[in-house]
Amino acid sequence: MKLTLSIIIMAAVTYIIRAVPLCLFQKEINSKWFKSFLYYMPYAVLGAMTFPAIFHCTGSVISASLGFAAALILAYFDLGLMPAAIAAVIVVFITELFI
Amino acid sequence: MKTPEFLHGARLGMPIALGYIPVAFSFGMLAVKGGMPIWASIIISMTNLTSAGQFAGMNLILAGAGLTEIGITTFVINLRYMLMSLALSQKIEKLPLVKRMLVSAGITDEIYTVASTMPNKVSASFMAGLIIIPYIGWTLGTVLGALTNNILPPSVVSAMGITLYAMFIAIFIPAAKHNKGILAVLIFAIAVSCIFYYGIKAISSGWATIITAIAASAFGAVFFPKKEDTL
Repeated sequence: MKLTLSIIIMAAVTYIIRAVPLCLFQKEINSKWFKSFLYYMPYAVLGAMTFPAIFHCTGSVISASLGFAAALILAYFDLGLMPAAIAAVIVVFITELFI
Repeated sequence: MKTPEFLHGARLGMPIALGYIPVAFSFGMLAVKGGMPIWASIIISMTNLTSAGQFAGMNLILAGAGLTEIGITTFVINLRYMLMSLALSQKIEKLPLVKRMLVSAGITDEIYTVASTMPNKVSASFMAGLIIIPYIGWTLGTVLGALTNNILPPSVVSAMGITLYAMFIAIFIPAAKHNKGILAVLIFAIAVSCIFYYGIKAISSGWATIITAIAASAFGAVFFPKKEDTL
């Protein structure tokens, strides 16, 4: 019973956080500053989530760094999300066979 | 439902799903190992669709924490979604409330960043594809992890840990190549994030993300205001 209640609370709190702004706020924001702010926010979030976490997400910093390098090269040449992701995984996998 | 837009979203959802599988896998595995019933771990994944919040909630449940503590912890860790939900309210084309309520359930760090870095406004069909595929990956990963910990060898799980980060890089590097503002915001955010990670360990990762996102975006808005009227 308490387990069920705990799950309901987790789900409800998480959903309300996600739903309130999107459902209640329909107006177009006109502030130039705030538009710029929202424009940059995904990149800020991405940068913060990727670094330094990417170096600590696999078995070793070495394999993670090589995987990072692979993703960086494919990303630089704009080859798409999926190829970059797969290349990084393969590089990490192969590196970890040797260390 | 507009099929081409749905498929476009679904295609972009593929690397997210691929990245979610190993994370959800370890969630399911750890939850069941810690004594949680299999059904509960799967229901948590299907109703929460978030990593940090779920891991924290699971640990609290397993430790026998009170409901208030579980509620407050979930709130603090997931508060960043409020910021993302507000941003998406400007990015998604006008929708009836029911569709907004459905899209809301699918706001994650990855889905938000892919949607909001699209060049134009996005439709409900696009969001449906972009949400459903990762949702399947998240659920499937949890089921696999909860039912057995032997399906994926540890070396594969370890290697797959880099998937989401590689995908993030593939989103922001092409954008930063042509835009000084984005490059500056990225460098700022990475610097602040590293300071939090290595220097200020007392601050949880949820708060660190919120503070970093606000500081770096404000920095960009002040020093590199956007000229075009697009979001």
